[in-house]
Amino acid sequence: MDISKIRHIDDIAQNGPFLPDGTKQKGNMGDSGKMLESIHDAIVATGLKDGMTISFHHHFRNGDYIVNMVLDEIAKMGIKNLTVAASSLASCHAPMIEHIKNGVVTHIETSGMRGELAEQISRGLMDFPVVFRSHGGRAAAIARGELHIDVAFLGAPSCDPLGNANGYNRDEEGATMCGSLGYAKVDAEYADKVVIITDHVVPYPNTPFGIPAVQVDYIVPVENIGDPAGIMSGATRFTKNPKELLIAKAAAEVIMNSGYFYDGFAMQMGSGGASLATVRFLRERMEQENIHAHFALGGITGQIVEMHEEGLIDKILDVQSFDLQAAQSLKDNRFHAQIDGCFYAGYDDNGAAVNALDFVVLSALEIDTDFNVNVLTGSDGVIRGAIGGHPDTAAGAGLSVVVGPLTRGRIPTVVKEVNTVVTPGSIVDVFVTEQGIAVNPRRQDIIEKMEAAGIELTDIETLREKAEKIVGKPDPIKHLDRVVGVVLYRDNTVIDQIKQIDESAL
Amino acid sequence: MKIITTASAGTMESSDIIVRIEPAEKPGIEIHLTSSVMQQFGRQIEEAIRGTLGNLGVEDARVEAVDKGALDCTIKARVSAAAFRAAKRNDYDWRVKQ
Repeated sequence: MDISKIRHIDDIAQNGPFLPDGTKQKGNMGDSGKMLESIHDAIVATGLKDGMTISFHHHFRNGDYIVNMVLDEIAKMGIKNLTVAASSLASCHAPMIEHIKNGVVTHIETSGMRGELAEQISRGLMDFPVVFRSHGGRAAAIARGELHIDVAFLGAPSCDPLGNANGYNRDEEGATMCGSLGYAKVDAEYADKVVIITDHVVPYPNTPFGIPAVQVDYIVPVENIGDPAGIMSGATRFTKNPKELLIAKAAAEVIMNSGYFYDGFAMQMGSGGASLATVRFLRERMEQENIHAHFALGGITGQIVEMHEEGLIDKILDVQSFDLQAAQSLKDNRFHAQIDGCFYAGYDDNGAAVNALDFVVLSALEIDTDFNVNVLTGSDGVIRGAIGGHPDTAAGAGLSVVVGPLTRGRIPTVVKEVNTVVTPGSIVDVFVTEQGIAVNPRRQDIIEKMEAAGIELTDIETLREKAEKIVGKPDPIKHLDRVVGVVLYRDNTVIDQIKQIDESAL
Repeated sequence: MKIITTASAGTMESSDIIVRIEPAEKPGIEIHLTSSVMQQFGRQIEEAIRGTLGNLGVEDARVEAVDKGALDCTIKARVSAAAFRAAKRNDYDWRVKQ
């Protein structure tokens, strides 16, 4: 820096503030230079090259158009060998299979995947294993530079000409909205280049915003960012399944007698019928005994919103809005806050919200007799789920309760050894089924509290035997030696591997 | 029990199995099974089908089954029903054996 080149204050006073030609900008914020015509132009402007890492968020769920739209354009431009670092992938991303085959995408990092893409990857589609991280693990990896993003392509339901973007739209009723942009906020903060793709350009300032303009390099308006039916999943239905209700009731009993249910508690409810239904039983007791929650965290549903609006929950911390009611509440309610992935669950941040949880209720595809939980691969070894915040919340919460039916059709939930360890048994405290409750022997304090409250307990081996009696003893599934997925724990160390399924065995 | 026509029982619903039994082209029991839980339970489902037919005294039959995760009790019931229909018999004993 040549100090003589710094302009003197007199010069600025004479010739206008900071503008060399002395003209002052008109106050309409019309042309920021960020608005581009097309995704093609944005890809050119970001300087995307072979071998780089691009990122996407999954707040549009199964209605997302962004991933396919951007990858199609990249493929046309002949850019290859990219890493796709998505916060998660859904069934609607099956077109990525073609881009893997033609060499555009050679590596994937995600929280999970479903549908045809997951089927084919389980059968060995990719040369390099997919890296699976939890939501907290991904956020921390990005913040620490372990996962470096060159260009983030982030869909947003609203954005102003400077780049202030959000998951809802204040200027138009009935427009597409996804609620919180929690996972995308991390990408926007740390990616080298950030492109916002939006279907609603709104006047400056688009406040409040999920992503601030200073983090945004380019904005591309498009006709549709996604299928509204897939993005806005409506209200989460309350389960009528008697089995799930029975599990939910038992889980609520466990929580209410665990010592973690007191005036001013903090909670998170995972997705899944039984886990969401648990809230209803807790709510009855909260109303009866005038107990209120200080905050609810996580994936937020309409049920949590109703309790907040009735004054039973003081504050909502929302990293991802699970339904339209939650998205609407983020827009309307002062104490329904939009938080980012690091704030939610980053492991190296003692301030992460998960660490303040009293309890969390989570679901499971499989749990083994050591309380290890699998939420990623099906009983046939095929990838069909997502890690989500499972290990983050189980580790952070004072009490982690896993709920699930003893069997699903002929598939046992309780097994000797889970296919894939996602959440280790060392952080899982209680497993609740319709056939009994098992407390991890590590938590003698909880066992004593349950006994004092007269809640009947069984042990997890007994539950496993019960399941085996109903469905029989499953033959082990056969795998090849080839690794198709690497599963990371929330601190980004390897916790398990997913091997290619052996098709010759079928 | 002799299979004389083609008959089926069951549905394609989850936790059910649809079983179609027809006269055999060659002696013995020929089973074509597809299942949503093939790797873990394919062997046991086939055993259940074979065992049920054996108990009914069916020696020659061609069986086509599409399983959606049915338990053994369901498989036995569906196979029995299909076999009786395919044998054009209705003298089944539906009571629990004492």
